[in-house]
Amino acid sequence: MIEPHLQDGTASSQADDATRILYCRCAYAQVVPAAVKDAVLEGLAAAGRGFEMVPDLCEMAARRDPHLAELARGDRPLTIVACWPRAVQGLFVLADAPLPKHGVEILNMRTDTAETVLAGVLADSFKGTAS
Amino acid sequence: MIAEALLPPWVVVYEGTGAAPLVAADRAGLFAALLDRGYAVTRAGAGTADLQAGGAMIVIGCFPDGPPAVSDASGRCEVTVRDVTGLSVAETIAAVETARGERRMNRPPEASTIANGPVANTADTWKPWFPVIDTARCTNCMQCLSFCLFDVYGVAGDQTLRVENPANCKVNCPACSRVCPEVAIMFPKYHAGPIDGGPVAEADVHREKMKVDISALLGGDIYAKLRERSADAKTRFSKERSADQALAERRRCLTKLADAAQIPREVLDALPSPEEIQRRVEAAAGRAAAAKEAAAAKEGAAGGMNATGTAGAAGAGRST
Repeated sequence: MIEPHLQDGTASSQADDATRILYCRCAYAQVVPAAVKDAVLEGLAAAGRGFEMVPDLCEMAARRDPHLAELARGDRPLTIVACWPRAVQGLFVLADAPLPKHGVEILNMRTDTAETVLAGVLADSFKGTAS
Repeated sequence: MIAEALLPPWVVVYEGTGAAPLVAADRAGLFAALLDRGYAVTRAGAGTADLQAGGAMIVIGCFPDGPPAVSDASGRCEVTVRDVTGLSVAETIAAVETARGERRMNRPPEASTIANGPVANTADTWKPWFPVIDTARCTNCMQCLSFCLFDVYGVAGDQTLRVENPANCKVNCPACSRVCPEVAIMFPKYHAGPIDGGPVAEADVHREKMKVDISALLGGDIYAKLRERSADAKTRFSKERSADQALAERRRCLTKLADAAQIPREVLDALPSPEEIQRRVEAAAGRAAAAKEAAAAKEGAAGGMNATGTAGAAGAGRST
């Protein structure tokens, strides 16, 4: 766990039980509509809370990036904004980091509108969070 | 191989205590630009950035009092801080690239390149194209392991199928998904369902099973057929001394196979010699058979243990 914090020690105030948000850009292919992924990113950026973004979950899974294991550890609820849930779950398995059965929501930018995705992710992420 | 390169640096955009917020209008554009350059990004608002480690972290932010000292609690990460106050998105990207230094990383292709069709690998870009197993559907029949000539598949310690070498997969080739009778092989970057990971309907299962039958399409075992055609071509070549004819026959055969299994022509053109194909097929079939035998033995042992346990209990019952 890496915790960058300012030297004066005033870094952390995010609620521990806040849902983590992971956004996948699917940067290596054109399978997620660009308009949807851009609008979702804008919505998340404007929402005023912390979140994580990766260029491409497939690429990370192929590298078996250790960050995926950290995300899948399941100590906090996780919302993944990416593509088909079946594919996302398979990618985490491939990376030796299977997602827990509970506490994970996968939103699909391949089929849903940006409004639907944002409504899902922001409704969940603000539960118990005031950042 | 880029796919196995060092972890790329992680960029933390810090807007918490001690930092001024980024220009709101630039924020999403900066995130998109970083992601499209291959960087993973955390927007750290008022919290800490929870990152598992190794590799490097580049922390950027607008720091009115100058860049703060940043620590890595785990001591495993090289952390660099850059003050990007007053910088445009392009200048911020340049600052991140400079902070990255010589560290090698995979680069997504330009969006315009992707829009023009399938992307091939280059020196800087490895397209993450590989099979992903739906473990809820996979029955570990190992047909895909036997089919793939490129050692993409392997067997895990528990004798289940595993995608062992994703980087060996041939870009844009979904052929192994066509041999899976359970529609359990996905290619998330494929253009259509259910191979892209979309829901699987009964009709899909039926249709995929029909498509699967590549062997039937080619009149028998696919590799046997290829060997047979290769042998025929050799015979004809030796008789007729016509290289053009042999080449035309090979092309005709490969075109039929490409159409049947949606295999890109480049993949078929790059296939090894028939002898090498045979060697690889035998090796893969051997591994698949060994895995199935081991799984069966394990199952048998478990069954035996249960039987012993039951018999023991029954024996105990009789003795009392």
